[in-house]
Amino acid sequence: MPKTEFSPSIDSRPTYAGLVSQGAAPAIMVADEAGAAALFDLAASDASVMDHAHVVLVGCDAAALGDVKPVALHEAPDFDAATPLVTQLLNTARMGTQIYLAGSEGLIGHVSALAFAAGMPVDEIQMEHRGSIARRMQCVHCKGITEDVTTDPFTCAHCGLTLFVRDHFSRRLGVFQGVCVDAETPGVVPEVVEIQA
Amino acid sequence: MKKLCLKVTAVEQLSPLVKRFRFEDPTGATLPVFSGGAHLTVEMPEGDTIRRNSYSLISDPYDGSAYEIAVRREDRGRGGSLYMHTKVSEGDDITVSLPSNLFQLDLRARKHVLIGGGIGITPFLSQLRQLDMEQKPYELHYAARSREEAAGIKLLPQAAHIHVHISEEGSRMDLGAILDGQPLGTHVYTCGPDGLITAVADQTARLGWPKAAVHSEAFTAPPPGEPFDVVVKSSGKTVHVKADQSLLEALEAAKVDIDYSCRGGACGRCHTKVTACDGRILHNDHWLSDDERAAQQDIMPCMSRFKGTRLELDL
Repeated sequence: MPKTEFSPSIDSRPTYAGLVSQGAAPAIMVADEAGAAALFDLAASDASVMDHAHVVLVGCDAAALGDVKPVALHEAPDFDAATPLVTQLLNTARMGTQIYLAGSEGLIGHVSALAFAAGMPVDEIQMEHRGSIARRMQCVHCKGITEDVTTDPFTCAHCGLTLFVRDHFSRRLGVFQGVCVDAETPGVVPEVVEIQA
Repeated sequence: MKKLCLKVTAVEQLSPLVKRFRFEDPTGATLPVFSGGAHLTVEMPEGDTIRRNSYSLISDPYDGSAYEIAVRREDRGRGGSLYMHTKVSEGDDITVSLPSNLFQLDLRARKHVLIGGGIGITPFLSQLRQLDMEQKPYELHYAARSREEAAGIKLLPQAAHIHVHISEEGSRMDLGAILDGQPLGTHVYTCGPDGLITAVADQTARLGWPKAAVHSEAFTAPPPGEPFDVVVKSSGKTVHVKADQSLLEALEAAKVDIDYSCRGGACGRCHTKVTACDGRILHNDHWLSDDERAAQQDIMPCMSRFKGTRLELDL
């Protein structure tokens, strides 16, 4: 599956330029199953990029990487399991460490927020979107985060409000913002549509 | 521009070339606090011209009882630092600008590395107080040629994370050793000679640091040079710039309306369009890009000079 092209939007909406090798530097790479294909392509463009790379695969196994051999390979069943591992890698990383993220908007948002908290400028992180365009949404009212949102509007998994899916993105939290869609006219909710790229 | 009329309440010789000055409000009022790395512009009236130089504040940013600066005497400068060294003493009145900051700390950093060369130690003296106050991890490296010249030693606290490198004593600063292996989220700040700033930029680029984590400040007093003439387009008036005067100072003396802030080629406030140029602009600022310099259609009057037959400014 090739990298996703998103339609132009407000500046807040993250864009993902695609992974470009920064050479044989220390690196932290995080990908889901669709994103693993982007790491595979990255290694094909420059094999040396894996010489000092720690790869964390979320929700898939090493087979997704084919014959690519990073210096260390970690597998985690989901974000919650991957978070302490990625945080540990970030906290012990040195300046000059490169960060590569590939996969869904949720994965990129989640891990880029961890990297940002560790002091990495977001625009220095290599990102490539592959696979699901489902979004990680924060309800601006109750602050709860709903994962894998594919429709607009959607129901907040925490407070139950009907939320409009905005392109407004928090880099600090790695989430898009959801705003109550019927605050002025309770009960008058627009037709539910699938989120588009 | 709002100005403060203060009293000089202390002058101390820190080293053969560097003096410390303390300014307080004459009525004892509290002065506006500032942030680490901020500077003041000091007015130095002499005859019919007012010279203005910017100096980093070295006092505690949270202490409104006084502002302190340290000035290095430049015998080959255009006279600003010599004025401070020879004409300013305790009890004098002095006019300064409000503090402003072009070299602030990025408080998102997880660690700060401060590198000062020579008199370039000054902005870090206020920054380290802010870092102490905010309990942020940092290390400071101060490089000087000899212990006698190292005016900063008297102003630096003794601490394990404050390192003094005296090249005459064989302890030259090793940038590779300082910068290699710093934890992710470190920011580096450099102030000092151009060579030091370039060396830090090169070293961090080699180590793969993000550009956003590398900060520097290089503003210096404007250099003297050969006298030249400049034409003001709106009035057609010719203004003569003397050898020991900056273009900005000459324009101000001729009552030409022009904005400024840092007076050291760093802030961009006095950026002026050139409408005619027959000759060569001697760019001394840190604001214009290489392409802009080559095009000769822009000039920073606070720092830059001119050699040629005609220079006309869009003023």
